[in-house]
Amino acid sequence: MGKTMSEKILARAAGVSGASAGDILWVNVDRAMMDDILGPRVEIAAKMLEIKDEVWDKDKVVVISDHYTPPASIKQAEIVKFTRDWAAAHGIENYHEFVGPCHQIMAEYGHVRPGTVVLGTDSHTCMGGALGAFASGVGSTEMLGILVTGKTWLRVPETIKVTWRGKLPPGVMAKDMSLKTIGIIGHAGATYKTVEYVGDTIEALSIDERLAITNMAVEMGAKAGLMAPDAKAVEFLAARGITGGYELIVSDADASYCATHDFRADALGPVVACPHEVDNVAPVGDVKGTAVHQAYIGSCTGGRYSDLEAAAAVLKGRKVKKGVRLLVSPASQDIWQRASASGLLATLAAAGAVILAPTCGVCVGLHSGLLADGEVCISATNRNFIGRMGSKNAKIYLGSPLTVAASAITGKITDPREFVREVGA
Amino acid sequence: MNGIVAGKVLKYGDNINTDIISPPQYMELSIPEAAKYAMSAIDPDFAAKVRQGDILVAGVNFGSGSSRETSPLTLKHLGVGAIVAKFFARIFYRNAINLGIPVIECADTDKISDGDLIEIDLAQGVIVNKTKNEQYACSKIPPHILALIGEGGLVPYLKKTV
Ligand code: SF4
Repeated sequence: MGKTMSEKILARAAGVSGASAGDILWVNVDRAMMDDILGPRVEIAAKMLEIKDEVWDKDKVVVISDHYTPPASIKQAEIVKFTRDWAAAHGIENYHEFVGPCHQIMAEYGHVRPGTVVLGTDSHTCMGGALGAFASGVGSTEMLGILVTGKTWLRVPETIKVTWRGKLPPGVMAKDMSLKTIGIIGHAGATYKTVEYVGDTIEALSIDERLAITNMAVEMGAKAGLMAPDAKAVEFLAARGITGGYELIVSDADASYCATHDFRADALGPVVACPHEVDNVAPVGDVKGTAVHQAYIGSCTGGRYSDLEAAAAVLKGRKVKKGVRLLVSPASQDIWQRASASGLLATLAAAGAVILAPTCGVCVGLHSGLLADGEVCISATNRNFIGRMGSKNAKIYLGSPLTVAASAITGKITDPREFVREVGA
Repeated sequence: MNGIVAGKVLKYGDNINTDIISPPQYMELSIPEAAKYAMSAIDPDFAAKVRQGDILVAGVNFGSGSSRETSPLTLKHLGVGAIVAKFFARIFYRNAINLGIPVIECADTDKISDGDLIEIDLAQGVIVNKTKNEQYACSKIPPHILALIGEGGLVPYLKKTV
């Protein structure tokens, strides 16, 4: 019987010759990531003083200030300062701040590599699975254990195979595939498991687009969302100066899966996740006409270059509806610069968009654009839980960057195919 | 710990996610301050009514969403003695154990009501509902995890071993 990617990667990390779903292994962690909101300040810094105030391997620890940047209050500024000082005091050279949401930075700075184990104090760490890493979120106390020992125990998960076949129609994005999958599997349908995405649709996607899918694996309760690393992954890393020191680990053809789901990309239309659960997924047509007050394109899910490009294609020469605010936060400083140099940001701004810093702020309601009572937001992010983006009496719909852009133009939830016949073709 | 936890039930429904338990807008506060807002989106009185040793009982998928440890930390701070749900989201489950909070899976949580007095035998996997005079099967906590919970979580354990 063959092995899944999860079984192989975790066996490698545990230094054992083979592992099967259900085994509990002590694995060596290749990268341990902490952000500002859930990193050193929560339990870690204080408790390490009581145990051993030294990390097991400085080069394997990455600290990123992203949620509270730029700070909107003195408390937030203090947290960022604390995080920065803690990293410096512990000799962490991989400290990044003000450059964008942690998961995008982990990928861009080459910290996520195929075949490795990446654990972070943030649930969307699973995004790294698009590059073939076993990447997963952990809590602060568990991170503390990793920081002092370099290891943690993991149960090797069973794997659900999700196959996408066919070509995405114009106006439909990887984000729609992500939401559709979650709608079918359900918000707890993959709890404790890996979701592995395969098929010609996945193979045809760029790394940018793949990241938008694995990012949301945790929205099904999954421990990891994996894709086979291929030439595109190798190229993505090479462009960031990473040319070796990793292994392309893929599932065997006869690996065993606990469930399989098959989807057709060519039959997919734009979908949205309705309040207040991510699996409350409906065709955009079912809720079209719902008035929106805020439209948001950004985050580690929906703020990559290709997302901005798609949005700009719809917004070019058009205007955001009066009374609606369109906020755009490129997912990293690098994307911000590229989008600036290529004129994308100018196109978006000309349509009326407010261009923000690369940050988590809006996505998780910390700063830069919160929702008031009774307001509705259409967002390219990954979570629409009650109260997430501000008032608990606000509503969040999740959609693709194209759906967000189209809705910003009309002021109500809109099928982007009304504007795009050619984008995505 | 002798593996028995008893307390009064605070009953909630399905999908009590981490944005409900720890609203993000208050996460910059200290745990005691943030705890005042725990669960406020669905129950503004939660922090005021929870008493030391109370047991949260809920439906499916308790703790879904974020990895934020502020969720179990605020519940612990408020005195929650154990959490029973049909099943838990993965990261929350691990966080709770690492902080020394017993988390128990039970298929029969619909039979338990707000205000019931229950007693959980963690090692045997049995919940006794003293108010209703009923008994339900629940997940057992294996001895080594029970020991970890008994120590108060992962930190005291690491202090002994690192
Ligand atoms: S952008 Fe949103 S989902 Fe991504 S890391 Fe930041 S808060 Fe989390």
